[in-house]
Amino acid sequence: MLHPLRSLLTVLGIFIGVASVIWLLAIGEGISRKAQEQIESLGATNIIIRSIKPPSEQVQTSGLVLQYGVTRADYARLVETIPTVVRAVRIRELRQRFSYNGRMVDGRLVGCTPEYQDIVRLEIDRGRFIQDSDLQDLKNYCVLAAGTAEKLFPFEDPLGKVIRVEEHFYTVVGVCKPKMPSAGIGGSFAAQDFSSDVYIPITTLWWRIGDVVFTRRAGSTEAEQIELSQITLQVDKTANVVPTADVVKATLAKYHPIEDYGVTVPLELLEQARTTRMMFMVFMGLIAGISLVVGGIGIMNIMLATVTERTREIGIRRALGAKRRDIIRQFLVETVVLSTLGGISGILVGFLAPLLSEGAIWALQFLAPRLYNSLPEIVKTMRPVVVPASVPLAFGIAVAVGIIFGLYPARRAANMDPIEALRHE
Amino acid sequence: MRLGASIQEITKEYHLGGEVVHALRGVSFDVPEGDYVAIMGASGSGKSTLLNLLGCLDHPTSGKLFLGDENVAEASDDRLAEIRASKIGFVFQSFNLIPQLTVLENIEVPLYYQRRLSPKERARCKELAEMVGLGNRLYHRPTQLSGGQQQRVAIARALVNDPLFILADEPTGNLDSATTEEIMALFDDLNRQGKTIILVTHEYDVGRRARRIIRLKDGRIESIIDNPQAKPRSELPEDVAKAKAPQ
Repeated sequence: MLHPLRSLLTVLGIFIGVASVIWLLAIGEGISRKAQEQIESLGATNIIIRSIKPPSEQVQTSGLVLQYGVTRADYARLVETIPTVVRAVRIRELRQRFSYNGRMVDGRLVGCTPEYQDIVRLEIDRGRFIQDSDLQDLKNYCVLAAGTAEKLFPFEDPLGKVIRVEEHFYTVVGVCKPKMPSAGIGGSFAAQDFSSDVYIPITTLWWRIGDVVFTRRAGSTEAEQIELSQITLQVDKTANVVPTADVVKATLAKYHPIEDYGVTVPLELLEQARTTRMMFMVFMGLIAGISLVVGGIGIMNIMLATVTERTREIGIRRALGAKRRDIIRQFLVETVVLSTLGGISGILVGFLAPLLSEGAIWALQFLAPRLYNSLPEIVKTMRPVVVPASVPLAFGIAVAVGIIFGLYPARRAANMDPIEALRHE
Repeated sequence: MRLGASIQEITKEYHLGGEVVHALRGVSFDVPEGDYVAIMGASGSGKSTLLNLLGCLDHPTSGKLFLGDENVAEASDDRLAEIRASKIGFVFQSFNLIPQLTVLENIEVPLYYQRRLSPKERARCKELAEMVGLGNRLYHRPTQLSGGQQQRVAIARALVNDPLFILADEPTGNLDSATTEEIMALFDDLNRQGKTIILVTHEYDVGRRARRIIRLKDGRIESIIDNPQAKPRSELPEDVAKAKAPQ
């Protein structure tokens, strides 16, 4: 190596290219794994049916009340007619304000059945979840999500305390452990947040609140009649999920002239996520590929300069018996050695991707908190995963770049007239 | 008598912007093995062209050029490279050592391109370096050597492939007179040992040491003179002269 600095800069170009191939692929993989986890947390064997408010011009109105969504009759029909459904959970949820001793939290009041705990994988921290007997007896019991409990009871033990939800009172019988948000359902892209929930028996909700909900907004009052917010069906095995979903859709379509519900199949989401992941990877790979090409151009540039500078040496070597291909080999070996060095160092640094991205996110938290807060949850919590295939890929590309971009300068060197080259000063 | 090189009716034309330049207009001469020839002439006489042709760096436009018994006038580019590697020893005016290689490595270069670098050959390279008086500079770089030392390395390099002839292009052009004397003495020595030397020079002081002087003018041979001033071979002890003299 004649010029250590020059060689170093050449290596740097390839190094950045290779490291970014590995990094970008690792970040892509990290994000898509996170997305998959969220989807999986919906349950791969589940089918989720949610009530959706249809566009206002299509809505059936009985008087002033907007009536839409899945019904108790739908629930009964689905459970009774589809044999592959092993378990079914219906819930009714409302946005409500919870208060205790002057502290208030706005959150989701969820009327549910004991199975709900299993199906959304809620873990109980203390106390217990809603039981069948609570449903039968229309008990005014509630279970708090971790976030709700923390906000309403920052200093006390919530168990046995009575919280207020609008004009009703409920005794706290259990507190859940914190739960990660899961993927959005029902046509929404936002992740489902479980942190400020309150769970009560669904029968109690029907008895106390009923189906009709009034909301006052900007001076006018709106009334909505919804029987069920969501039905989650659990299918016996994965293979039956898609056919069952088809039957569910057909059944519902019969009784709902307008589309006031949405069917989410996490399994389908999962498959979609896989295709998205592929696209994402290709995209990331492309970006990284561009940086490798830039590195390659850098190599070519420097090799051209080197060839010009070493014209005389080339002339001497030719005079002493080097054939054209000897000269090509000499320069090609040099570029390939440089690009290989860049490749190896890039791979080594590429393996540090998880560490570095964690560091970057951590630093962002302090240096630019506003930017940090605006990042989606999935970016904040993801960990880059180095894709094993990206290592030989990046290395192969680095060597290929060395050969491709080294070939032209090498050929130029070899095609010089030895007489001219010898005369070159 | 074996021939080192034989040039028969060589012409060389260059095309420069539509005009034809006749650099050589039919040149013939033989260089027997063991000969010591100086090619002299003013610039533009065709000296350099002839040198390039003898050095197998270029093809003649017409004529025959025998090196040993091979006509190289129409040899392929690769074949010419092989001939340069195996049959010709170059010594240049500006030494032309490769700066990043050591003395020993510079001497080894022609062997490298013949794919015959072996420990035995390497030992021979060391011997050659010692012969030219650089046995204690084997691992120095050219920039650490004086001009005369560099030229000695170049001469050792020219000898390493045991060439048909040494082709020296103004070998003393960049040297002072004392060093010139040293280098020329080395050439004289080599010739006495039986090496064929073709010297291209415009310096009479250098040219007169050769046994024959070929003068070129306008692409033609003006004269071929047997040089009476050359140190006669009889200076050698009789038996050595006989043994070394071409048959």
